[in-house]
Amino acid sequence: MLNYWANYFTRNGIGVGMFLLAAVLLWMVFMIILPQLYMVDFSLRANVPPPKWGGEEHVYTLEHYKYLLYGSSKSAEQFNTIDLSVFGRTILAAVFVTIIDLCLCYPVAYYLAHVARGGWARLMIMSLIIPFWINEILRAFSFKVLFGTSGLINNALMAVGLIDQPYDFVRENVALYSGLSYAYILLMIFPIYNAIESLDKNQIEAARDMGSPWWRIHWRIVLPHAKPGICSGSTMVFMLSAGALAAPQVLGGPSSLWFTQIIYKAFNNSANWARGSAYALVLLLACIIFVLLMMRIFKVKLGEIAR
Amino acid sequence: MSADVTLDDVWIRFGDFVAAREANIHIEDGEFFSFLGPSGCGKTTLLRAISGFLTPSQGRVLIGGKDMAGIGPNRRPTALIFQNLALFPLMSVWENIAFALEVKGMSKLERRKRADELLDLIALPGQGDKRVSELSGGQKQRVAIARALAAEPDVLLLDEPLSALDLKLRQHMRTELRAIQQRVGITFVYITHDQGEALTMSDNVAVMREGLIEQVADGSTIYDSPETAFVASFVGENNVFQGKVNRLDQSAAVVETPYGEFCARPIQRNNQDQLRVGDDAMVFVRPEAIENAQSDSANRISGEVLQTEFEGNLWQLHVQLPNGGPRITRSSINDGRATKHQVGDRIELGFSETSAIALPTGQLAAE
Ligand SMILES: Nc1ncnc2c1ncn2[C@@H]1O[C@H](COP(=O)(O)OP(=O)(O)O)[C@@H](O)[C@H]1O
Ligand SMILES: [Mg+2]
Repeated sequence: MLNYWANYFTRNGIGVGMFLLAAVLLWMVFMIILPQLYMVDFSLRANVPPPKWGGEEHVYTLEHYKYLLYGSSKSAEQFNTIDLSVFGRTILAAVFVTIIDLCLCYPVAYYLAHVARGGWARLMIMSLIIPFWINEILRAFSFKVLFGTSGLINNALMAVGLIDQPYDFVRENVALYSGLSYAYILLMIFPIYNAIESLDKNQIEAARDMGSPWWRIHWRIVLPHAKPGICSGSTMVFMLSAGALAAPQVLGGPSSLWFTQIIYKAFNNSANWARGSAYALVLLLACIIFVLLMMRIFKVKLGEIAR
Repeated sequence: MSADVTLDDVWIRFGDFVAAREANIHIEDGEFFSFLGPSGCGKTTLLRAISGFLTPSQGRVLIGGKDMAGIGPNRRPTALIFQNLALFPLMSVWENIAFALEVKGMSKLERRKRADELLDLIALPGQGDKRVSELSGGQKQRVAIARALAAEPDVLLLDEPLSALDLKLRQHMRTELRAIQQRVGITFVYITHDQGEALTMSDNVAVMREGLIEQVADGSTIYDSPETAFVASFVGENNVFQGKVNRLDQSAAVVETPYGEFCARPIQRNNQDQLRVGDDAMVFVRPEAIENAQSDSANRISGEVLQTEFEGNLWQLHVQLPNGGPRITRSSINDGRATKHQVGDRIELGFSETSAIALPTGQLAAE
């Protein structure tokens, strides 16, 4: 360890070495650790207006966590069905988006890694990346245009004669799921692509040589090999979908509230930072626990994901 | 079950590049057949055409008399052992071996039983539950063979399966492979760039150069009567003298070279490149056929000893012919009677008419 640091300083010089070290430490402390700790602190205190922060009334309490469960800090008679159901639905919807992305990306990643050749593969990757230069809000609104009752898709479907009434994609959340799936598709494709690309083609051919139909080749050879990539892609898509704000705000149907929207409201409209941070932390913890649980079920180690 | 394999005028092109041309081969049912040639000569390409991963640009592949056109690798009665083995690292050893049975829908109990039988056959009893990564190189090799045999192919195709092993193991596996082939009795088509492997294991060998099959014969014919300059120089060591044919009859050719007139056995190849009087020709003599000059030696050469090498069972002598002539190699058995030579000695050597061969001049194998 000592050796490592000695080496580090001789390699970078004392000045640059110190600077890099300080920069990384400052970054970690001020940008990552402190703000989160601040949030934890907030979530555990009473909700008082900013001038009284740190004052006598700013006492420690669990009322905001209780509020998520019971809808009231006093009684424990009725569950807070509104917030809890939104919370549950958000997690479910994020799982759903993850599954959609997985189903879309696995074949594409396999195609890119093992079927497409040189220039064609590069072209496909480029055409996947470039749409992501468009920012999130623009993308969300363009999807709204696409899926709106007088949008492109409805017009096209009606022109062909498949439907005669415009279909409300937004109300049925089709627009939201499409928007979210599209937004995180790259985060799913690339880890899977990386994993599949490292698979020796001969293994696929060996399986085929032994009479295996294509689905068994995928089930027994390609999928197990791609598992770490699938896991890391799914983790990212799931976390980001559950925490998305712009897409649900713009594309969500009137009946569907995303949990992040409740959090946003708590921070912004009701100026209840304490409840907002409590809710946000619960969401974060729930996501982490969910991901760890999934990794347990699918027998993936944390180290494999980070490859 | 076992089947014969026929290549009927097979050509394989990649764009403008011709990887295999005019391949006409008949491999008998139950035969151990080898393709031998330097790396890049198109051996793997031909094997892939037999296994069905590649469709010939022209010509037919027949297995068991049946034209294989349009039949994919998963439906051919062949099993291929890949150059890098391509074992499945995420499966246990027995699952690897039983993969073909899994595909056939055999029950797990039966699969396990059959895998254990095959593990006995390859002398790895009780190792079925290991991971592939826990095996040594030679063991992996044998698992790959068992995995291929589990599919009960009529023809087993092997792409340089021993090239990753060290010398000792390689020699051991040669014997083992041959023994397995004789036990299971199916056709083996074996690819190698190692002439030792080809000669020791095979019933017949096809020697390839740049996509072309130069000669097909059994090992001793390939070694004793190579039909082209390439085969003569690629298979085993050979000394070569360039010259012109002076006289020629059925049993003897006299070739005039700058180092003297040599009398040699002409090898006449059917219907092409026949040796004629006045043609450029090459005389090949094996190092072990060169001896000290006797009074009755048909062919004599003299030169200066450049180097002597002791190889245990053999003495190798490198001799420089005068006037910028070739370096020749002589090897003699170390039986305690061989005369010791010093570097710089002048030496008189000879070889008999029957131990030398004359061939039309052609391209030699690169060293
Ligand atoms: N898919 C391919 N596309 C283009 N050229 C190829 C392809 N496969 C093989 N070749 C070429 O064909 C020649 C023979 O290759 P190969 O059969 O693998 O040789 P060997 O197995 O004898 O070493 C090589 O020059 C190689 O570059
Ligand atoms: Mg090869």
